[in-house]
Amino acid sequence: MAICALVSRKAMRSVLRSGGTVTVGSGLNQIRTLQTFSLPDLQYDYGALEPAISGEIMKIHHQKHHQTYITNYNKSLEQLDEAIRKGDSAKVVGLQSAIKFNGGGHINHSIFWRNLAPTSEGGGEPPKGGLGWAIDTDIGSFESLIQKMSSEGAALQGSGWVWLALDKESKKVGVETTPNQDPLVTKGLHLVPLLGIDVWEHAYYLQYKNVRPDYLKNIWNVINWKYANDVYERETA
Amino acid sequence: MGFQLFSMSKFSYHHPATIPQAQGLRINGSSLYLSLRKKKYQESCGCRRASKTVAFYGLTTPPYELDSLEPHMSRRTLEVHWGKHHRAYVDNLNKQLADSSLYGLTLEELVKVTYNNGNPLPEFNNAAQVWNHNFFWESMQPDGGHMPQDGLLQQIEKDFGSFLNFRENFVGAAMSLFGSGWVWLVLKREEKKLAVVRSSNAVNPLVRGDIPIIALDVWEHSYYLDTRNDRGKYVNTFMDHLVSWHTATARLARAEAFVNLGEPKIPVA
Repeated sequence: MAICALVSRKAMRSVLRSGGTVTVGSGLNQIRTLQTFSLPDLQYDYGALEPAISGEIMKIHHQKHHQTYITNYNKSLEQLDEAIRKGDSAKVVGLQSAIKFNGGGHINHSIFWRNLAPTSEGGGEPPKGGLGWAIDTDIGSFESLIQKMSSEGAALQGSGWVWLALDKESKKVGVETTPNQDPLVTKGLHLVPLLGIDVWEHAYYLQYKNVRPDYLKNIWNVINWKYANDVYERETA
Repeated sequence: MGFQLFSMSKFSYHHPATIPQAQGLRINGSSLYLSLRKKKYQESCGCRRASKTVAFYGLTTPPYELDSLEPHMSRRTLEVHWGKHHRAYVDNLNKQLADSSLYGLTLEELVKVTYNNGNPLPEFNNAAQVWNHNFFWESMQPDGGHMPQDGLLQQIEKDFGSFLNFRENFVGAAMSLFGSGWVWLVLKREEKKLAVVRSSNAVNPLVRGDIPIIALDVWEHSYYLDTRNDRGKYVNTFMDHLVSWHTATARLARAEAFVNLGEPKIPVA
């Protein structure tokens, strides 16, 4: 395991922005690197989304919740890697729910931070371009999309996400919800998330308490439609 | 006209009543009798009024002041958790029941009926959450925590090995629950032993036929105002300072009327 000691995870992480690598495996015939992950930076200040979402919420959401998902995801991946190496099928299967939950949490929140932008930087501006047309064609109107996503988000029991999804096969957009931290692909392998709204209580509780509909009304002011449009045009190119 | 019983006790979980009079306690079994008598009376005096009877459930108050769980659970948390969340479940349940034919059920029966064997009716979520929160307030007490005593302790030691094992089990279950849900100490009817179980969202052990002894709400709204994302601190505080072993003992004693725990030499209380 000498190579392990030379390539420490911390050292690698400071070099690579997207994550780090851990060299695993012993012996000459099984050297493999495991990609681990680190917290992506926000492209705006914590307080920049006020008054729609408070700075306190953004800070805790990013630094605590998302970070915890990443930490536990990395842990599960290392355990999975070892279980695969040892051929321990029971452990491999047993780890799946932790990976789905924590990995999903990482995926979903990474998208979420990109989905938000301060109003001064275009947050809340309705989409122009391909996505705008697609919304009008597939859903009817921009207003009815907002209304649909808000009502599905409010009706979601417990914790989960509400998505504006692009079906890569049919090239249509639609609204989906997923429970807990299930990523959108669990609803269909050909679904691409354009917009995700976190309706877990931690996303709004400190500010809105139990009034989730108010959160869902205000968040539209800071939605980054430009990002969603970029993803849409890239995937339908 | 017949007889009317008045019982709007603040602490009864279930008092379905007619609207708009909102009076009268329907005891299971006599509900049919009363409604028939009402119908006969209306027919006999020719004063048939258009009236619709619907079930109606009330918001029960926690058996302590909202600030008496301080500093372990803040007054603010209780004001919002009970005053807003719990109240909303009750109000929304009543709204749903205004248009449904579910009538004459105790809250517990309503939960089981609306669960519909895993295919829940729209009323289930609200009904179950009302029941769960009633149960939760009573699972706590001011100056709670410490250790269970006598028969309850013996039963825990019998089924978990030791109290510490049980505590570890319970805390571990709470920490590893993904999303929103509840953690329970239940008496399993079939296995005739205590166990720690988890449930998602609004589901509770009643629907599986088990008898709940203690409940802990791990929806984020239960702890977010006090400990933010630190669920571990909340769960440990619950175990150390909030859980009411007196209530648990009483519930276990009642449960023994339904589940034969075997050796009669275990004293319960």
